[in-house]
Amino acid sequence: MVEQEGFRRYVAHIVLWIGIAIVAFPVYVAIVASTQDNALIANGQMSLLPGGHFFEVYYQTIFVGTSGSTREPVANMMLNSLVMALLIAVGKIAISIISAYGIVYFRFPFRMPIFWIIFITLMLPVEVRIYPTYKIVADLHMLDSYAGLALPLIASATATLLFRQFFMTVPDELLEASRIDGAGPLRFFWDTLLPLSRTNMAALFVILFILGWNQYLWPLLITTRDDMQTIQIGIRKMMTTNDALTEWPIVMATAVLAMLPPVFVVVAMQKLFVRGLVETEK
Amino acid sequence: MANVTLRNVRKTYPGGFEAIKGVNVDVGDGQFCVLVGPSGCGKSTLLRMVAGLETVTGGEIDIGGKVVNQVEPADRDIAMVFQNYALYPHMSVFNNMAYGLRNRGMKEAEIKARVEEAARVLELAPMLDRKPRQLSGGQRQRVAMGRAIVRQPKVFLFDEPLSNLDAKLRIAMRVEIRKLQRRLNTTSIYVTHDQLEAMTLADILVVMNGGQVEQIGNPLAIYEKPATTFVASFIGAPPMNLMSTRPDEIKSQLGGAGDAGILGIRPEDFVITDQTPAGGVALPLTVEAIERVGAETFVYGSRQQDDKRVAATPGELPPGEIIVRIPGSEAPPIGQKIRVAAVRQKLHLFSGDGRTRIEA
Ligand SMILES: Nc1ncnc2c1ncn2[C@@H]1O[C@H](COP(=O)(O)OP(=O)(O)OP(=O)(O)O)[C@@H](O)[C@H]1O
Ligand SMILES: [Mg+2]
Repeated sequence: MVEQEGFRRYVAHIVLWIGIAIVAFPVYVAIVASTQDNALIANGQMSLLPGGHFFEVYYQTIFVGTSGSTREPVANMMLNSLVMALLIAVGKIAISIISAYGIVYFRFPFRMPIFWIIFITLMLPVEVRIYPTYKIVADLHMLDSYAGLALPLIASATATLLFRQFFMTVPDELLEASRIDGAGPLRFFWDTLLPLSRTNMAALFVILFILGWNQYLWPLLITTRDDMQTIQIGIRKMMTTNDALTEWPIVMATAVLAMLPPVFVVVAMQKLFVRGLVETEK
Repeated sequence: MANVTLRNVRKTYPGGFEAIKGVNVDVGDGQFCVLVGPSGCGKSTLLRMVAGLETVTGGEIDIGGKVVNQVEPADRDIAMVFQNYALYPHMSVFNNMAYGLRNRGMKEAEIKARVEEAARVLELAPMLDRKPRQLSGGQRQRVAMGRAIVRQPKVFLFDEPLSNLDAKLRIAMRVEIRKLQRRLNTTSIYVTHDQLEAMTLADILVVMNGGQVEQIGNPLAIYEKPATTFVASFIGAPPMNLMSTRPDEIKSQLGGAGDAGILGIRPEDFVITDQTPAGGVALPLTVEAIERVGAETFVYGSRQQDDKRVAATPGELPPGEIIVRIPGSEAPPIGQKIRVAAVRQKLHLFSGDGRTRIEA
């Protein structure tokens, strides 16, 4: 970057710090609130400094749950969310990379119509087709199951398009060299295309994992049992309509816990895709 | 070890474009065949048909006595070197070379022996663990060669393998390829549009134009007796001077042969002289430009009349312009009027449409 004169640089920095403060403040409040006594918060006397109840609040949140409302330990909610987010992310990647492979590399009747049908589903997100989807899942007896949570969200036009775009940039000669080297379609896919898609898969995984983790409407509809609820639903249930009965430190602790896995995934995968970007293949 | 025979091979692309219009070529066992021609003439198409990467829409391709039209590329026992090398970017040099062998189920020890031998020959031994992106262009090219030779195939196919290298390396690799091919004695088909590469590498030279073969033969024989004006102007650099025999000035010098239609004279066959050799041709020129290359000098001259009746084909000069090659760097100054002459034996005569050569 071009070196700027002192004054303007300070202004820029101040603006940036203000931005960070605005974004970070609610997170800070959540963390602080999760360490305080419920009575203080309920009275509106919450201090902005950390309280002394960190261990007991988190212990109760993770292993016991609230004393009123859902009573489900958050550890279990996190497990549910994790399974769902992983199934969605991995499932979406697997399905879409295979369908993109089919569309790009094979000539079959109605190839383009099929591609357009996939494309059009972009216009039909879960919210739009929620009733028929619910009906199907209910008829298949998949309410309150991981399959019911994840399957309907797995089909992905976006990821299919992304892989299709990527495959079209892979030089044809690689396929031809593979054919001469005696690799059939499956081998080419496994030995060449998948390794080349690694960075794309990592990037998609991050996005899709967070997408899955943050699902709200769908899990709300199809889970009825408390032991199948995801953390996002759990947070909502903990907040009863009567403000005084809400156990705010536990709600806040749950919110903080809900943030951790996405943060972890971003941090962990970021290394992988920065490395991927630096070592650009080809 | 195998012959490759193409019998009346045709290719019509889906969409109706006829890229190959009936080609007959016979490459003997161990011979080095070069396909040369201008861009878009169908060289790559033809080579890819031999490889099995394009379907054959007419005729037969025969490798080692077996028609392979319907055989998968992997089962044709060929190896191909691509213009952009097509190395697997995520595999090490070793694995790039070993991949095809592994797919054939060869024993790991045998694979190792073959790859190491190839690496030794190609001087790649210190780089076996590197990825292609960690190699220079020339090294990548050698890996692509290595991937072909470890297979010990019946036929090598090369599609402009050197065109991504700089001029110096290209010459070095050209020599390498020729040496390697001689030693392995593997039948090879090599596509290029570089006529120098074509001349130096080929046992058999196939000059193609517009999906057809213009001439097949020994490169020097083709150089000395080009069958058409297309070949005459394509093979040899700078290209042969082609002119109409119509102007009285030339017609009178040629006598009876003046009915031929087109007269061709190579730049190096002219000498600057005031005499007219018996039966030969002499032309008055005005010097327009000089190119000094060191060992030789090219003089571009214009004839006084402008005769536009001989249409320019690829590589040909505009009508009325003549290139003369003289040894050394002594040259007449620009604007000077000179006379150049060529002896009878050095004249090439073609029919008026340029499609047939006429032996005087
Ligand atoms: N898949 C295709 N479909 C239709 N036409 C094609 C296809 N591939 C090549 N062609 C056409 O066939 C002709 C021959 O192409 P080819 O690639 O064999 O040329 P080439 O001689 O190798 O040229 P270059 O020296 O530029 O590589 C060209 O006119 C090209 O436009
Ligand atoms: Mg080509």
